[in-house]
Amino acid sequence: MTDAIEQEWLRRTRPPDWQNPKPPAEPYDLCILGAGPAGLVAAELATRHGLRVAVIERRGVGGNSLHAGSVPSKALIGAAPRDRGGPKPDFSAVRAHMRGVRARIAGYRSIDRLVARGIDVYFAAARFATEQSVLADDVPLRFKKALIATGARPEDVSIPGLDAVGCLTSETIFDLEVLPPRLAVIGGGSLGCELAQAFARLGSHVSLMQRQPKFLPGVERDAAELLTRSLELDGVETRLNTEVIAAHVESGERMLDVRSGELRFSIAADAVLLSTGRVPNVQDLDLSKAGVRFDAATGVTVDDFLATSNPHIYAAGDVCVRRQFAHVAEATARLAVHNAFTGGGASSSHLLIPRCTYCRPEIAQIGLHIWEAAERGIPIKSYTVLMQDVDRAITDGLDEGFVKLYVREGSDEIVGATIVAARASEMINEVSVIMNAGIGMRRLASVLHTYPAQSGAIYQAAMAFARNQPAARW
Amino acid sequence: MQNPTFAPLSASSDETLLDRLQRGAFEYLRTYADPRTGLVADTSRPGAPSSIAVVGFALSCYPVAVEHAWIARAEAAAQTLKTLRFFADSVQGEAAEATGYHGFYYHFLDMRSGRRVWDCELSVVDTALLIAGVLAAAAYFRAEGDAVETQIGKLADLLYQRVDWCWAANGGRTLTQGWKPGYGFLQYGWEGYNEATIAYLLALGSPTFALPSDSFAAWTRTYQWENLLDVDVLYAGPLFTHLFSHAWIDYRGIRDAFMQAKQLDYFVNTQRAIRVHREYGARNPHGFAGYERDLWGITAGAGPTREQAAGSTLRVYGYMARGAPYGPDDGTLAPWAMLATLPFGRDDALRGTRQLLARYPEVCREDRFASGLNASLVTQDRPWLSEGWYGLDQGLLVLMIENALSGLPWRLMRECAYVRTGLLRAGFAGGWLDS
Repeated sequence: MTDAIEQEWLRRTRPPDWQNPKPPAEPYDLCILGAGPAGLVAAELATRHGLRVAVIERRGVGGNSLHAGSVPSKALIGAAPRDRGGPKPDFSAVRAHMRGVRARIAGYRSIDRLVARGIDVYFAAARFATEQSVLADDVPLRFKKALIATGARPEDVSIPGLDAVGCLTSETIFDLEVLPPRLAVIGGGSLGCELAQAFARLGSHVSLMQRQPKFLPGVERDAAELLTRSLELDGVETRLNTEVIAAHVESGERMLDVRSGELRFSIAADAVLLSTGRVPNVQDLDLSKAGVRFDAATGVTVDDFLATSNPHIYAAGDVCVRRQFAHVAEATARLAVHNAFTGGGASSSHLLIPRCTYCRPEIAQIGLHIWEAAERGIPIKSYTVLMQDVDRAITDGLDEGFVKLYVREGSDEIVGATIVAARASEMINEVSVIMNAGIGMRRLASVLHTYPAQSGAIYQAAMAFARNQPAARW
Repeated sequence: MQNPTFAPLSASSDETLLDRLQRGAFEYLRTYADPRTGLVADTSRPGAPSSIAVVGFALSCYPVAVEHAWIARAEAAAQTLKTLRFFADSVQGEAAEATGYHGFYYHFLDMRSGRRVWDCELSVVDTALLIAGVLAAAAYFRAEGDAVETQIGKLADLLYQRVDWCWAANGGRTLTQGWKPGYGFLQYGWEGYNEATIAYLLALGSPTFALPSDSFAAWTRTYQWENLLDVDVLYAGPLFTHLFSHAWIDYRGIRDAFMQAKQLDYFVNTQRAIRVHREYGARNPHGFAGYERDLWGITAGAGPTREQAAGSTLRVYGYMARGAPYGPDDGTLAPWAMLATLPFGRDDALRGTRQLLARYPEVCREDRFASGLNASLVTQDRPWLSEGWYGLDQGLLVLMIENALSGLPWRLMRECAYVRTGLLRAGFAGGWLDS
């Protein structure tokens, strides 16, 4: 039985009584495979230019971000208690909040809006038939250009017994109706850390297992260590260098057999979340029939302009890029559509990609990592401001973390940043604007910031740079 | 209650203060050495195993003690030879109960049998600290015609030359942290500057199993050059990371490619790290009791456990590598740490140490510092203090005081051809290396 939220959700993402349109006689200008962030942005852009557009979607409009990614996870995190040790909310209320948020946000990209723009939406499995045609289930659609935007899905990991034990993924954990008393999370990337902390704050006893020596392998040591301490303060049992080697059911309990160093032991759990990574959705697309090169692990092969090996077909989003984020999917979709219809050379490698892990504190990054700069022979100095030295962070009682601006030595050019702070996801956007505008540390030091503000840390870093320079003449 | 041993010390001259604290630290190494194996206990707690790193410090401290006439040269040489013989004769192999493998040794060994304890790892960096001590001893005990000292030199060569540094790289360009039987190489990542520099220098200087010269550049690639609390510094959080390899290597005036680009050396970098620690003490962002610009010293060591802090709102970490300014920091200071920075800034080290001794005299018993003090955790009107003494603290203190007073440990290692080769192959140049 569906409730009002569910009905609204379905009406906006995949109406039960939906009838696929009848294909036109002429080929579509643009046929888009996938109605996630990339597909929706591409469809909107193309129709704005008067193009005839078809979208083929297997599940529901909105993609992973809306269904099982950023939206539900941030709603869950938002509903978790902000203060450690505070009263635990009722999980059914948390779940209702999350579903309500998801249904509400679905309204901004609902199927009604697509139809109103004249977009033909097919709920079907898509697979290529030829270099310029695709089957929506069995219905052939011809196109002048196509965009592959089928996204990615949770990676399957071969752990003996795990299938029998049963595990959740990002696609199913948000359907939990009851808070698991004991949650085991396999994988310490962004989603694993975010959900481990959120469920711990909601009241689960969480074990977080990571094969590598640190959580969030893509962030620098100081950020990862701070996160580890934060997780532990939330009661998460953190286990680095730890691998789940098997799973079994014992006396009705889910048991994970674990290896950590030379130690072997078992962890009992009421629910298991598998969060080891995502793989691009390239299977079942019959890409070879369209002459599109791909790799099962890295996805559709594209050049810097998001063109595939078939000149009529482009790709965007998680199916072809390393940074699998909704905002990257949207940005690459815009570039791909632009390039497909203008022959233009809008490059994707020039995109500056801010990214964030939404733990408490949040960990956000942009531009080069320290080690990437070293590999490119770029000498870097990090201008660091601890949040504990930022007045607003102190007044807010949110003084965990730091701002690091990576500056090319001998210049004032900012080449990257890491921010660990309560609102790092917001603060990194200032750095994104700064870097995109080509603003250096000198000019940044003359840009007024409100006082007090958490983003004052960015200003303080610029002021540290200014103090670090020889004094100019009056 | 005032500590009766310390009470007269607080009023003593700098010279007396240093002499007593250095002697007190050395006496730990002598008192807690096993008479048969020469192994030295990790801590003074009953039943404590030996730490091979502490043995390395102890071997380096005997020459200091001889020079101070705290021990006769023959006795020190005999003790050194006994220790080296133990390692030379110890079981090397893949078996879990061996003492070592591929020339490396397990981090913790049973004091009497020398067998691995606590399922600990075959430790690369702790073996390096041991070998540094072996080489320092060999550089000192080399009297011509003295059979014992001649034998020390031979065994030192044997022990150093059988360390297979290439094996410890596990096919990579950089060293792993260690190895465990039944498991293999540890996966713990090394990122950023830390105490492992000594391991690279010894690995590069080896005549038998030398790492490729570009391994040092690969290691320094993870360095992060930071402007932190208004100080430009190659950052590492715990103070000991800025001290350990400096106990043996005189970095004054010599520069690798990284330091050449920054126009300073690792010695100056440690001075800057100390500035960061003092500034952190002055800011004291978490409001911990005792912290000041002249009372600092956040590093690895003992701290209160959760059980000990039960009933307090303080979040504590127990034994932990604490760091500043990023943390972790639970209000625990290492009482020995300020004095261990003596070569890098005599005034700051002594002023801080005197301040500490005046305010918390209980940190020093029998002229020997405890490992940890947490003045924010007070029970029965007393700040939390770690039990007993830790060998690493004592060994480092002996060497650092001596480096500040006479420079003997640095001088011994400057004369060691292996170390010189290691530095040159790592790309160091200038200063005493050019002479």
